[in-house]
Amino acid sequence: MKTLRVGRKSCPFFLWSFVKVLPLRPFFKVGKMIRQCAILFGCLAVGEFVVWLTGITVPSSIIGMLLLTLLLKIKLIRLEWVKGMADFLVANLGFFFVPPGVALMLHFNLITGELWQIVVAALLSTVLVLISTGWVYQITDKIISKWRS
Amino acid sequence: MAFLNNPFFLLALTFILFFFSRLLQKKTGVMLLNPILITIALLIIFLKICGIDYDTYRQAGQYIEFWLKPAIVALGIPLYLQLESIRKQLLPILLSQLAGCVVGVVTVVLIAKAMGASQPIILSLAAKSVTTPVAMEVTKAIGGIPSLTAAVVVCVGIFGGMVGVKVMQLFRIRRPQSQGLSLGAASHAVGTDTAMKISEVHGAYASLGLIINGLLTSLLTPFLLDWCGII
Repeated sequence: MKTLRVGRKSCPFFLWSFVKVLPLRPFFKVGKMIRQCAILFGCLAVGEFVVWLTGITVPSSIIGMLLLTLLLKIKLIRLEWVKGMADFLVANLGFFFVPPGVALMLHFNLITGELWQIVVAALLSTVLVLISTGWVYQITDKIISKWRS
Repeated sequence: MAFLNNPFFLLALTFILFFFSRLLQKKTGVMLLNPILITIALLIIFLKICGIDYDTYRQAGQYIEFWLKPAIVALGIPLYLQLESIRKQLLPILLSQLAGCVVGVVTVVLIAKAMGASQPIILSLAAKSVTTPVAMEVTKAIGGIPSLTAAVVVCVGIFGGMVGVKVMQLFRIRRPQSQGLSLGAASHAVGTDTAMKISEVHGAYASLGLIINGLLTSLLTPFLLDWCGII
């Protein structure tokens, strides 16, 4: 009876310490790159899993991004464990979408047929976003600072 | 000439073209000479002249495209680093980004529809305000043409970067924080680049706008389109 109680008591603590040590152990003597990739692709895999499970139309990479932010925030992983690889990826973000951009050559007919619609809609909408975002920020900030004082 | 189909040759060509396009923009300092846009254009011209079809290029390009998703996951780090400044002004930032996101998606879709654009074009335009990798993911998820989104996003970014500050002065948006947020929300990375050149406050808030608007747009676009009766 007594041993059972001890076991139940120590169980959450044991689990917690295991979780805390878990990211450290397997990578103790492995290169940094492996750990960085493991964390990034791990987050991405969880995102893919969530999309597969629920069938939502949110990109899996966005779910992975939120997960990474969360893991950093609750300090389950440390910033330096992902920094190198992540910095490299963010700095070269632009380059990665050259190949998908080349797929444009497949849709030339569609685009030249509706060029005006695309140009007018995109540019007008951009101006509207600029104005609405700025206005809402200034108005809410003014209201909040008035309400506080 | 069959060697031109070699994936390693095409990969090398992509790297070389991008390297020189970026060098060109750095040396001239002209915003319009966006290295991504130039590399895409040059590659398309090259493939057309040599009679190589897209599927052959994709054999090489898939190795570069593969890194898009991990790169977006990596954006979680700048978001984490900004968390403190978001917490201080949570409501104004979130509300303004929400407004930017809704206006950005709804207006472009409705204007395109009113002008008689076809369904795949409308779907491809919806996510035009956010940074390309995110926008392409959203377009893929809702069933548009990701490559068209990529081209539109880059053009919108350059346009916003060029006229953004003038438009905002015209409409009395003068605070550095709101100018930065607007630039980031409307024209993503190019807007952030422009904002960085104005001041550090502009730059920090622009990157905040880029990330939060990207997040909101990717989460809300399916529902907004449903609400507008597009899908």
